[in-house]
Amino acid sequence: MLKLCALGLKASALEERLPTVVTMDNGGFCDDNYQSGSSDDELVDISDVTVDFSEDVPPLDRDYSAGRCKAEWRPNNSPKLMDLLDDTVPGIGTYEDFNTIDWVREKSKDRDRHREITNKSKQSTVALLFSISDAFSGWLLMLLIGLMSGALAGGIDIAAHWMTDLKEGVCLNGFWFNHEHCCWASNETTFQERDKCPQWKSWAELMVGVSEGPGLYVVNYFMYVCWALLFAFLAVILVRAFAPYACGSGIPEIKTILSGFIIRGYLGKWTLIIKTITLVLAVSSGLILGKEGPLVHVACCCANILCHFFTKYRRNEAKRREVLSAASAVGVSVAFGAPIGGVLFSLEEVSYYFPLKTLWRSFFAALVAAFTLRSINPFGNSRLVLFYVEFHTPWHLLELIPFVLLGIFGGLWGAFFIRANIAWCRLRKNTCLGHYPVLEVVVVTLFTALLAFPIEYTRMSSSELISELFNDCGLLDSSKLCSYTSNSGSASGSVNATAANGLGARLAGQGLYTAMWQLALALVLKMFFTVVTFGMKVPSGLFIPSMAVGAIAGRLLGVCMEQLAIRHHEQDIFRGWCSPGADCITPGLYAMVGAAACLGGVTRMTVSLVVIMFELTGGLEYIVPLMAATMTSKWVADALGRESIYEAHIRLNGYPFLEAKEEFRHKTLATDVMRPRRSDPLLSVLTESRMTVEEVERLIADTTYSGFPVVISQQSPRLVGFVLRRDLIISLENARRHQEGVVSTSPILFTECDPPMSPSAPPAVKLRSILDLSPFTVTVHTPMEIVVDIFRKLGLRQCLVIQNGRLLGIITKKDILKHMAQMANRDPDSILFN
Amino acid sequence: MYRLTSRVAVNLLTFSSLMCFLLILSAQTSEAKNSEDIRCKCICPPYKEIAGQIYNQNVSLKDCNCLHVVEPMPVEGKDVEAYCLRCECKYEERSSGTIKGTIIAYLSILGLLLLYMVYLTLLEPILKRRLFGHSQLIQSDDDVGDQQPFANAHDVLSRSRSRSNMLNKVEHAQQRWKRQVQEQRKSVFDRHVVLS
Repeated sequence: MLKLCALGLKASALEERLPTVVTMDNGGFCDDNYQSGSSDDELVDISDVTVDFSEDVPPLDRDYSAGRCKAEWRPNNSPKLMDLLDDTVPGIGTYEDFNTIDWVREKSKDRDRHREITNKSKQSTVALLFSISDAFSGWLLMLLIGLMSGALAGGIDIAAHWMTDLKEGVCLNGFWFNHEHCCWASNETTFQERDKCPQWKSWAELMVGVSEGPGLYVVNYFMYVCWALLFAFLAVILVRAFAPYACGSGIPEIKTILSGFIIRGYLGKWTLIIKTITLVLAVSSGLILGKEGPLVHVACCCANILCHFFTKYRRNEAKRREVLSAASAVGVSVAFGAPIGGVLFSLEEVSYYFPLKTLWRSFFAALVAAFTLRSINPFGNSRLVLFYVEFHTPWHLLELIPFVLLGIFGGLWGAFFIRANIAWCRLRKNTCLGHYPVLEVVVVTLFTALLAFPIEYTRMSSSELISELFNDCGLLDSSKLCSYTSNSGSASGSVNATAANGLGARLAGQGLYTAMWQLALALVLKMFFTVVTFGMKVPSGLFIPSMAVGAIAGRLLGVCMEQLAIRHHEQDIFRGWCSPGADCITPGLYAMVGAAACLGGVTRMTVSLVVIMFELTGGLEYIVPLMAATMTSKWVADALGRESIYEAHIRLNGYPFLEAKEEFRHKTLATDVMRPRRSDPLLSVLTESRMTVEEVERLIADTTYSGFPVVISQQSPRLVGFVLRRDLIISLENARRHQEGVVSTSPILFTECDPPMSPSAPPAVKLRSILDLSPFTVTVHTPMEIVVDIFRKLGLRQCLVIQNGRLLGIITKKDILKHMAQMANRDPDSILFN
Repeated sequence: MYRLTSRVAVNLLTFSSLMCFLLILSAQTSEAKNSEDIRCKCICPPYKEIAGQIYNQNVSLKDCNCLHVVEPMPVEGKDVEAYCLRCECKYEERSSGTIKGTIIAYLSILGLLLLYMVYLTLLEPILKRRLFGHSQLIQSDDDVGDQQPFANAHDVLSRSRSRSNMLNKVEHAQQRWKRQVQEQRKSVFDRHVVLS
């Protein structure tokens, strides 16, 4: 772990530039002007935050104020204007890989910066312009994120569509056209076979020249499997070779990052490139996965990269996370063509800190992105998504019962999926299965392709399937799903009956029965392969697969209901359902409701899901069915398991994520959680003025804690402040290099003023500038629920525990997570990072 | 200072390339619509004994209706209206330039990445071995810097000078990137600490 972080970071400076400098402007402090020799922002070792404690605390009667200056505290009447670009030691104020940021510190840094710019702007016109551009930069950044993500999403859509069709054949007009665009202007298309035209050649026709018979089928089957294997193989080796972080859906990690965790390189350039390229490959390989989650990741990568051009966001981790929140809204906005749904998704599902300002910015960015995507027009139908549907047939009140049934199914599926997928992922994580990621992907693709090709509904891409299932059978449809017979006794056969025949016009025909059992097979297949596929080492989202499962189930139920209603239309219950001349029941609506229910069961979204669904469909009258199904599905799923799939993955990986939804109900006190425990060694503290460089260096070398409290003296452990290990190391190193006469015996001073010293003594190293003078403290008797609340709401990283003003211990975020895991009877050691 | 300016330059470069990309993209989308890129597609369901039919024409938006597009009209006289009422006509447009550009750009990036991957995995080790005899270069300072917390700080602060020419810098950046990817690979694929 340590090695990973140290090296990973060292290598990552170029990739992910973190805020370099800026000290906090805490009250009055002495001027420590370090000359910065370089401006790099690399890192040092990491470690756990835990600090020891001294048991025997002598009474606080010592002359602890000896040698200090009188004006220890003075009001902050003249904030020190520092030049934010240089002047401080590089690296101070940055974080190491796999560490948690301190929201309070970052926010106060930003406030200081803002205050300084405002003050300066009164002095000159240039500064005024600078302040205006600074205020404007947030919106400009949003505009750029929207443009870039929209463009990328459009490209991904076009390329994925083309590659999916490449498995079947190629266009002779120009190889870059997909099947639909190949036959764009063709007049040879017929009503029954909409997508057949002479320009589009299947591989069998090209290679062996047959156009009919079993030979065609076998060759096409073979080519389909080969292409699928090739795409999946390329995807997984590219991920492995260039950007391992590009695999998976990315939403659990982004959730964790937004809560303040740092994963260096996770949102970098290479991740962006590889994720974009391999996402297309993975989607078009026919694996049961979607592109929505990865698109959120792609949008966040865009945001992170664009943040580098704006000092305000480059230097501040908290501000950058606000931008990333907005970017995740952009991701959903382009994935579903649902800008408002995207904003709500960001608010409900991924974001940790979401102020109103971010809401407006997300709104704007989502709008820009949707507009960009629309102007690229990737599907050639002026819609943002493939499965936009439009029907406005009313629904009957009693139909709420089947909708609730669908909700129950969705909840059950969600709970089952989460259990099964987590079990599978745990297997992958802990056994030798995980040692063969490439082989795993290839094998899963092989089986998916082999099983998917024979069934019509699994052969097509998931989004096409969903669009077909959502579709209501009109007069214009000729698919098997719409093959109804008319029972009017005429000779019209199995051709689509017209609704003009009145009641009973939609009795199921032979084609529909075939379609039904094919759909049932497809349902089983999709359910199984979704569980196995999600979490493989290729970019993989699960929105589309879950929706496909729900849509199939919904359509099946819808058709059953429809047939039931038609066959028994004279009975009391169904009497009102079918009015002459109109369709009784819209199976497409059931598919939609089923899709929403299943997605809700897996992700546990409610509001955003319903909004996304009605933005997708454009039908406001279906809000109530969607809401009923989503809510039921959430209840059922929550009853069976509390976590959503993303939270389950966060827990599986042991990311330090403090869930805001979970309540803390145990009656423990801060003293039960704080470190050190009774049996542990003493709390490692620094003293304000009595330690030498050598002692501090030894303390750093001996411990692995990421921060040290500073007290007045060992005998009287009254708290002065808190200093971070990283800042301390860098400052000491800097002093050794650049300050004259610093030797191992030089004292280290955290005080404001110098104590009297003999002239022959080596010069002191003054480190007050890196000292956090306002660390958060709680008393030993603070209930843990309040402590947890403080951590959640303020985004703290650590909190010191005092009693009667004496420092007793420290509580870190990791301690809290461990404590919560322990309280919930889970393994506390599963929290890996601090 | 030198590092700072180079960083700014890199940023500017990335930024401008991004802008170029966006410009090209917008140029492509607003490219004059050639006649191939619009169509009016009418789907007419079966009517009496006439089977369902699809009609496709290159007409502008205002002419996109059954009367203009369905040619030859399969029915006569008073049936035309009844037939046309059932047809659904949709005006659609696309940009074949964007499609072509996207696919070609995508394939070229994919090809470049594959070539680079082949170079990194197959050719480079051979070249290195031939040039330097030993594989010591590949064994970079993997183990240094872990134990002593100050080693890295040394690194941080001493990075500024040294390295004079551009080639070295590129080489160094590449080395750093490779190490980073290696670490990521270890944590994702071998130890399964993240993203499992």
